[in-house]
Amino acid sequence: MASETQAPKLQTTPEVGGMGHSVKRKEDPRFIRGAGTYIDDLVLPGMLWLDIVRSPYAHATINGIDSTAALKVPGVAAVITGADLEKAGLHWMPTLAGDKQMVLPTHTVMYQSQEVAAVVATSRYAAADGVAAVEVDYDPLPVIVDPFKALEPDAFVLRPDRAPDKQTNRIWHWESGDEAAADAGLAAAEHRIEEDIYIPRIHVASIETCGCIADWDAIRGQMTLHMTSQAPHAIRTVLALVSGLPEQNIRVITHDIGGGFGGKVPVYPGYVLAVVASLTTGKPVKWIEDRSENLQADSFARDYHIHAEMGATKAGKITSLKVTTIADHGYTDAAADPTKFPAGLFNVITGSYDFPNAFVEVDGVYTNKPPGGVAYRCSFRVTEAVHAIERMVDIMAHDLDIDPGKLRMDNFIQPEQMPYKTPTGWEYDSGDYPRALKLAMEMIGYDDLRKEQLEKRARGELMGIGISSFTEIVGAGPSHDFDILGLKMFDSCEIRVHPTGKVLARIGVQTQGQGHETTFAQIIAEELGFPVADVKIEYGDTDTAPYGLGTYASRSTPVAGAATAMAARKIREKARHIAAHLLEANADDLEWTNGKFSVKGSPEQSKTIQEIAFAAYTNHPQGMEAGLEAVNYYDPPNLTFPFGSYICVVDIDKGTGQVKIRRFVAVDDCGNIINPMIVDGQIHGGLTMGFAPALLESMTYDENGNNMAGTFMDYLLPTAVETPAWELGKTVTPSPHHPIGAKGVGESATVGAPPAINNAVVDALWHLGVRNIDIPLTPQKIWAILQEKGVTA
Amino acid sequence: MSDNRKHIVVKVNGEDREADVEPRLLLVHLLRDVYGLTGTHIGCDTSNCGACTVHVDGESAKSCTMLAVQADGREVKTIEGMADGAALHPLQQAFWDQHGLQCGFCTPGMIMQAAWLLGRNATPTETQIREGISGNLCRCTGYVNIVKAIQQVAGTLPHAESAPVEAAATIVD
Repeated sequence: MASETQAPKLQTTPEVGGMGHSVKRKEDPRFIRGAGTYIDDLVLPGMLWLDIVRSPYAHATINGIDSTAALKVPGVAAVITGADLEKAGLHWMPTLAGDKQMVLPTHTVMYQSQEVAAVVATSRYAAADGVAAVEVDYDPLPVIVDPFKALEPDAFVLRPDRAPDKQTNRIWHWESGDEAAADAGLAAAEHRIEEDIYIPRIHVASIETCGCIADWDAIRGQMTLHMTSQAPHAIRTVLALVSGLPEQNIRVITHDIGGGFGGKVPVYPGYVLAVVASLTTGKPVKWIEDRSENLQADSFARDYHIHAEMGATKAGKITSLKVTTIADHGYTDAAADPTKFPAGLFNVITGSYDFPNAFVEVDGVYTNKPPGGVAYRCSFRVTEAVHAIERMVDIMAHDLDIDPGKLRMDNFIQPEQMPYKTPTGWEYDSGDYPRALKLAMEMIGYDDLRKEQLEKRARGELMGIGISSFTEIVGAGPSHDFDILGLKMFDSCEIRVHPTGKVLARIGVQTQGQGHETTFAQIIAEELGFPVADVKIEYGDTDTAPYGLGTYASRSTPVAGAATAMAARKIREKARHIAAHLLEANADDLEWTNGKFSVKGSPEQSKTIQEIAFAAYTNHPQGMEAGLEAVNYYDPPNLTFPFGSYICVVDIDKGTGQVKIRRFVAVDDCGNIINPMIVDGQIHGGLTMGFAPALLESMTYDENGNNMAGTFMDYLLPTAVETPAWELGKTVTPSPHHPIGAKGVGESATVGAPPAINNAVVDALWHLGVRNIDIPLTPQKIWAILQEKGVTA
Repeated sequence: MSDNRKHIVVKVNGEDREADVEPRLLLVHLLRDVYGLTGTHIGCDTSNCGACTVHVDGESAKSCTMLAVQADGREVKTIEGMADGAALHPLQQAFWDQHGLQCGFCTPGMIMQAAWLLGRNATPTETQIREGISGNLCRCTGYVNIVKAIQQVAGTLPHAESAPVEAAATIVD
């Protein structure tokens, strides 16, 4: 079901297919035929296979690695160990967060499933046989899996390789806001709450795992790296800096990618090992991880231990927020956060509310777990922030016996306060929070549900209603604040208009399913009037695409989408002068409508963009460069702030503790919409990836650091059966600074959904004295609480 | 290892194809690595994700959980065998029409499973569709439009949803 208040104002016909048209995707014909090219589909002549020996221990000394038997396995060409890499200084690599990560260990393994050695062989099966034949002699060491234990004075130091003044398991401390003001606000508050909220470690688990083919051509001195990367240009530059290969001789190509969600941003040891193996053997080397390796060793998300305090008046006006957080990063900080923000954009934690005072601090901590943390379909820790604030607002409302909808309405930043500066330093560009919540409440029939809840509670039935009114923060980002390893987070588009009026455009971002081949063509269709069918979008080949920082954190539309509009406008301006030449008119006397320039007052005197394109190559004005091309590198003036209000209704089975989502209404505002069909698809998927950690997914470890959810048997992705029916609604508040008023939408729903579900479940149990339950809200967890409270079926 | 290779003949998408394979070779690797039919994907190692779903003698099968030698003398149909030349299979068309795919990685397996499901029950209810594809994981779509695509072929798409996607509802003001 979709909610609608007004018909879209479309500037183009369906044949042209500009902004606001639900154009069917241009990329789909190859995918529905099984003709996509994912990394494991690619086979190069003479290619070898690489497979990885992994540690069974979370912490152990390596006494020795014996490759003798492995090298006798038919087909095995080489075994690579840390000692081999150390000779070339390649046993360590930098992480995107500026920490160091082992490519292969020389002495000690630091987490279960860590890479220990690599086997290169002539086939997939021979490489696996070789892995099984490598003998590693380990001495297990004590293990720290709990970050709080890692911070105790007598804890061993996990990373003695760090500087002498950093011989501690505390990686960094980061804070934002005014602590004294927040403390004073809390001290003066009429009502004060505090809560511990844990957001567990989860994994993006894109259905395609990670992999690459490194292809070293010794004669040409050329390294081609085919890989699953959300940021191929950054990979090229890092590879040049680390390997010393000249950057013009490195080509990174991403083909079709089977889902990213943040998990394909980092550099994993497997990629580096394939590069080393190709350099060593002179042959293309393919590495494809299997699902268990993907879940057990690739970057995780979340793992934030949050302690939050909030103050308010008895009438429900919130006054102060203080948040202290321990961030478990595993054995190295391999987060993909911008340099200035080691805890990402977590300080957007005041959310949609007008807080006079706020302070947030985060400490990153090492443990014997795999490194991270990356996003899980979110923009740099905004999910953790939204979860905390939406839980706290709900607890406050329940404590004060004020309806959670009303408390939110009473504390929202109002539209007339935009642009709004938060106490932690962000400037929200736009937003109309009351309108979104009002629409969500109308769609779900909020008042009737509250009445029903009262009746059901009187009968002993457990029903809950949960709200989440989130503010996202996406589109990193302005160069004065945002870089990754020094690379500023601009993005780019290059447009070439061919003589016959067909268009090739290349963008600096990457698609992993978002539909860029369609939506970026629609931006060009909107700006220049070329039909979408005539516009081809390319990306992912660093030899041809303009430099960009890639796709994650919902930055494609906010940054590269803006670059595309700006490049198109450059072309339109040149086209105006060509049209003036063709029409023998003054350029200032021309107006642009429906894909053509016409003389003001004489619409019959006009030239279509296609006629102009032909003239750019056959009859361009003297003194003007021929051709019709433009490139734009867009440095956004601010981030964009999509928002929304979600309402979830749950029924809880008293006998089993099973949470059943009866209804879920999601009202999103992502600014102006390029393709409504694709936006809805993004929201459906985002909601499902919000539902997943709320009810199902959690990556847990036992006290020895053994991964307890390392396959899809134990790490539970939602199937079509569990996934609720989503009801979508929209409001549109355009971004005032984005050229097409868009904001980004890929991750909003993943950010906003978990607290709506969590709030609904706690709402159902509040009268029993339940204040908080950490996600995932599994039947076991709820059942145990019901038992404790004496509730039976 | 070559000493215990077995000669097999598998009818793949209507064509007899031979191979000398190790007995341990998985069917999915026969299809992908030996026959080059890379439309069938691999997404897990525990038979949970269904990206590798094909038809063996008309039955849905996860080709990562079958040995190539078990397919000897049998008929295998993969995503590459679904379209009739330029003409898409109705499910392929429906997945495109309904935006039933995003990254496309689960799509071939999902289409093969849906085809098997509709072969057994031409007009499944929404619940039957959801149960029927519950062995196939999709991380992108939330399954909403996959269900609609299957309903489109079954002719059970709710009327409001059967309008062309051009008319999809959105608020703009």
